[in-house]
Amino acid sequence: MNSLNVIKKILKRILISIPVLIGVVLIIFIMLRVVPGDPVTTMMGEHVNQTVIDKISREMGLDQPLYIQFFKYVGDALHGDLGTSYRLNRNVTQIILDAFPNTVVLSLCAAVVAWIIGISAGIVSAVHQNKLLDRLFMGGALVGVSMPVFMIALVLQYAFAFKLKWFPISGYGSAASMVLPSIVLGWNSAGSIARMTRSNLLGVMQEDYIRTARAKGLRQNAVMVHHALKNAMLPVITMMALQISSLLSGAVITESVFGIPGIGRLAVNAIENRDMPLLQGTVIFTTILVILGNLVADLLYSVLDPRIREGE
Amino acid sequence: MADVKELRKKYTPDMQSEIGESDTFPDKIKRMFRQNKLAVFSFFVILFIIFAAIFAPLVAPFDPYTQSLKDRLASPNSMHLLGTDELGRDVLSRIIYGTRISLVIGLVPTIISMVIGTILGLISGFYGKTVDFIIMRAADIMLAFPSLLLAMVVMYTMGGGLVNIFIALSLVNWAGTARIVRAETLSLKEKEYVEAARSIGVKDIVIMIRHILPNCLPSLIVLFTLNIPSAILSESSLSFLGVGAQPPSASWGLMVVKAKKYLFSQPWLSLAPSIAIMIVVLAFNFLGDGLRDVLDPYLKEQ
Repeated sequence: MNSLNVIKKILKRILISIPVLIGVVLIIFIMLRVVPGDPVTTMMGEHVNQTVIDKISREMGLDQPLYIQFFKYVGDALHGDLGTSYRLNRNVTQIILDAFPNTVVLSLCAAVVAWIIGISAGIVSAVHQNKLLDRLFMGGALVGVSMPVFMIALVLQYAFAFKLKWFPISGYGSAASMVLPSIVLGWNSAGSIARMTRSNLLGVMQEDYIRTARAKGLRQNAVMVHHALKNAMLPVITMMALQISSLLSGAVITESVFGIPGIGRLAVNAIENRDMPLLQGTVIFTTILVILGNLVADLLYSVLDPRIREGE
Repeated sequence: MADVKELRKKYTPDMQSEIGESDTFPDKIKRMFRQNKLAVFSFFVILFIIFAAIFAPLVAPFDPYTQSLKDRLASPNSMHLLGTDELGRDVLSRIIYGTRISLVIGLVPTIISMVIGTILGLISGFYGKTVDFIIMRAADIMLAFPSLLLAMVVMYTMGGGLVNIFIALSLVNWAGTARIVRAETLSLKEKEYVEAARSIGVKDIVIMIRHILPNCLPSLIVLFTLNIPSAILSESSLSFLGVGAQPPSASWGLMVVKAKKYLFSQPWLSLAPSIAIMIVVLAFNFLGDGLRDVLDPYLKEQ
């Protein structure tokens, strides 16, 4: 009975994601089709004769009505084919899959940085609520959230790569080259995780079971670790999945500053080269990742939290 | 009247005055100004920035667009307090003029997106059913995009420039407001006074504007203060990536990307506009945080 409910809920949640997915593809598709100027001319340059342009348009299906192009695109996309890049003349799916692992590595390292800094700062703040340390850390978290990603990138690049020469200035491949980009990308998330950890922990500390644990004579630290932290971490864990969106946005800038060949840089290059299929592919691909992330967050939350699991 | 208020304050349990349940709106604002020094300080920083933006021609020592190639890339000195850029323009003057762009970018798209979001949120929460489903799915779709990438696509389609940034950021940001207004409308429409208004035949639109909207205002004020810095950050990121403001605009994001080349020889060129962005964003964030603490304990949980 119970597990049946859970499965039903999961299915329902997955079903809700489908119209969102279609909407995402539709919006990007339409937006990129209203670009002024003929895509083939953009691709080939100005001095190409009209018959050649018409022939290529026909080959690429650009002469078809928009809705047919759309259904063809969705059909191909379902088979894993996101079209062909104008500029690189390669399959977009392949280009994205080549770049994707780099973004994943970068995002994971950034997430680890964000977790370690964010959660420990949040705990320290909650324990010292409204004291100097709390104010300092929470002020610091807000400063962290308020810094533009490129500013952190340039400051770290200048200080640790150029002046101190601890890490390479840019490039990709070695472990040392990942340190600065990971900190840059993790920085903003660390701020929001710290704030969230603190406020959850403070909320949990007022619960009855914490008072009970205290009343039976447990030490502060034991109460913290065994009772409070476990419950306060729940929303923070799901928040990590929700952070995928901002991590990917941040990756665009981090990758372009540090020259990491990931998805974010693909998007920037696609814009510079006016490579519409590549831009379309990268945006749709990353958005699907975000939707999946949200889905996982929701499911994780309902699986981890018995109150929600049993509810409804 | 004042006595009653005094008495009430005196006999209200501490907890309640802490939460501010019984305070009126001006009371809460006053409380913030009394208790939260950082928010007050931020408020004055923002006033100062607005002042700089309005009186930029009087405050700035030089014209922000006049080039002087023989003075290019000068270090900070007594004439050019923050040095000059790669075209010999005075950096301090450009930063002062940049406050105009930054504030306009912070305000205009935020107002547009919040008006759209508030209207859709009210309709969605008030009527429910199919309308609600459609609007909320549309909001889901907008919130699914990594905001920077969506804004990049809009800028790709329409080209760079200030007006297009307005459109891009408005399109991207309405959904968050819509969700919050909807949630508040859902709970407010069950209140007795709404039911009373309905039973005497007040029109829906009047109920929404006169009875529901005013009660959403505290959240909207907080949201407004916190959306401004995120719009400013978005613009600076777009300009940094080359798809936002176009030269010779004194946009701070654009200044940073132009100065990036000289990071290792003239670091202040990138640093100065970056710090300017940080100060503005930080001031709005601190103020927004302070407002949220006094106005809206509900939003704090989010």
